[in-house]
Amino acid sequence: MEALVAIAIGVLTGTGVFLLLRARTFPVLLGLTLLSYAVNLFLFASGRLVVASAPLTDQGLGTYPDPIPQALVLTAIVIGFGMTAMLVVLALRAIRDTGGDHVDGGER
Amino acid sequence: MTHLVTLPILLPLLAGGVLLLGAGWSVGARRALAFAATVALLPVALLLLERVADGTHLVYAIGDWAPPFGIVLVADRLAVAMLLLTAIVAVASLVHAGAGDDTRGPHYHALFQFQLLGINGAFLTGDLFNLFVFFEVLLIASYALLLHGLGPHRVGAAVHVVVLNLVGSALFLFAVGTLYGVTGTLNLADLARVMPLLGPDAAPLARSGALLLLGVFALKAALLPLGFWLPRAYAAATGATAALFAVLTKVGVYAILRVYPLVFGPDAGAAANVAAAWVLPVALVTLAFGALGVLAARTLRLWAGWMVVYSVGTLLVAVGLFSEAGYAAAVYYMAHSTLASAALFLLADLIARQRAKAVDRLDEADGMPHAALLGGLFFVIAVTVAGLPPLSGFVGKLMVLEAARTQPGAVATWTVLLVGALVVIVAAARTGSALFWRTVPLPADARVPALERRPVAAVAGLLACIAGLVVWGGAATSYAWSTARQLADPSGYVSAVLGADGNARDERRSLR
Repeated sequence: MEALVAIAIGVLTGTGVFLLLRARTFPVLLGLTLLSYAVNLFLFASGRLVVASAPLTDQGLGTYPDPIPQALVLTAIVIGFGMTAMLVVLALRAIRDTGGDHVDGGER
Repeated sequence: MTHLVTLPILLPLLAGGVLLLGAGWSVGARRALAFAATVALLPVALLLLERVADGTHLVYAIGDWAPPFGIVLVADRLAVAMLLLTAIVAVASLVHAGAGDDTRGPHYHALFQFQLLGINGAFLTGDLFNLFVFFEVLLIASYALLLHGLGPHRVGAAVHVVVLNLVGSALFLFAVGTLYGVTGTLNLADLARVMPLLGPDAAPLARSGALLLLGVFALKAALLPLGFWLPRAYAAATGATAALFAVLTKVGVYAILRVYPLVFGPDAGAAANVAAAWVLPVALVTLAFGALGVLAARTLRLWAGWMVVYSVGTLLVAVGLFSEAGYAAAVYYMAHSTLASAALFLLADLIARQRAKAVDRLDEADGMPHAALLGGLFFVIAVTVAGLPPLSGFVGKLMVLEAARTQPGAVATWTVLLVGALVVIVAAARTGSALFWRTVPLPADARVPALERRPVAAVAGLLACIAGLVVWGGAATSYAWSTARQLADPSGYVSAVLGADGNARDERRSLR
């Protein structure tokens, strides 16, 4: 399971970075979104992967998950959501103001 | 008055919230409220300064959740010095903004307060994830402030800033996740305690987390090769905003100064001195490139932007020495360079407005109105940023040189510092003469725009603070040295946050 999660995070990050290096704002935006998915999964995994454990806590179960990564992920999702919204608005504004969706402004 | 530590965060938060509701108020009312809230930060910072001056760490556990479980705010000498610096620059830029910048959009003052909230929070927090949150708060406010007034050049610069900082945030979270996975804590003091106990199998992960974090802080501080976004973005912002952004860059430097000596200091076991090999060389390259940028800039605002890169380079040379003398030089130079960069941006804006057609391009133009006063202010600021005596730039640079003298690689450091300073002097002389001397005389009946009083007062106030850094130089340097001692010996910080014994945490750790 560790390998699967690691590969998933790696693929998401790789795709994210690839899209991020495009010169148009829309792929960049998608790349950032994928990167933030990867980060969120990574933060989850930092609390260790356990099978058949209670989601929060349960009487009689010896192991319970670490709540802190869950709290971190929740915060990171909210912040990432806000930032993405900001970037979408900014990218649309840039198209209107500079006449193109090139990240350096204008049509190249 | 133990709640005093929270005031630098609560005050802008509440003021910003009220200002958001009061978007329909008259400009005067909004200005008055924003000004009152910002000026109130000064006595708060001074009160805190008085408390921490004897070396105490004021620790505030939010919600009374005992550290390391809850989030703590920690005020020590470094944090409070930064709070005071922020308050001074904020008041000056708000005075400047009162000349008209703040009327271009309804939410300027609210955004300004949220920006202060993020900056103050980043200085006070004692928790790595909380640092991330405050970074995001100050960033989202800074995006909006940067865009304030709009225009294609601002939008274009903002796209770069936002994308870069979003990548920075993702890397920050990767670093936080790595460090949490290895150590099981994000409290800075607890991290410092756990780091030496790590086994050899965890050490590479801890080191890579630490270096990833350094990359993020370097991006915020605009260290090369991550600093190319800065000059264009700062040049695009309005004067008052750019002046406040002068503090923003220092948040990255502050984060390096806070995290690395404390968590990854010489006693950190496998991750000891992990940043030492990187910061100094990168800072020297930044300094050299900044000096070249200053020489090449073709507008005054870009010139000021490259000056920020140059001064961040110098500042991080001092930090990168990772010695007590280096920290002392860094603290003093931080105060100097923040005030000087802020004054420079305010003055650049003022000059651009006075020159009407030529704006801030460094070409031949119609004669500068009020050349004596503006030229005098420019001369004083140029002397300061170039590091010439008698102003604070000289004292700061001297401290950096002195701190570097006994370190390995001193020859390279001295060469880059001194040649860089020479280049900046040349650039400052050239810029000054282009602005004030290479002019076509104004016709006798030309309409001279009136000099705006508020921006002049803001610049003069900042210059008075710079002069104060020299006049009370003894007090300033001794404060810098005592701050450096506090930074070089993190045990005080750790025991102030966690208490003298670490038993409670060890119990928790065995639960994991």
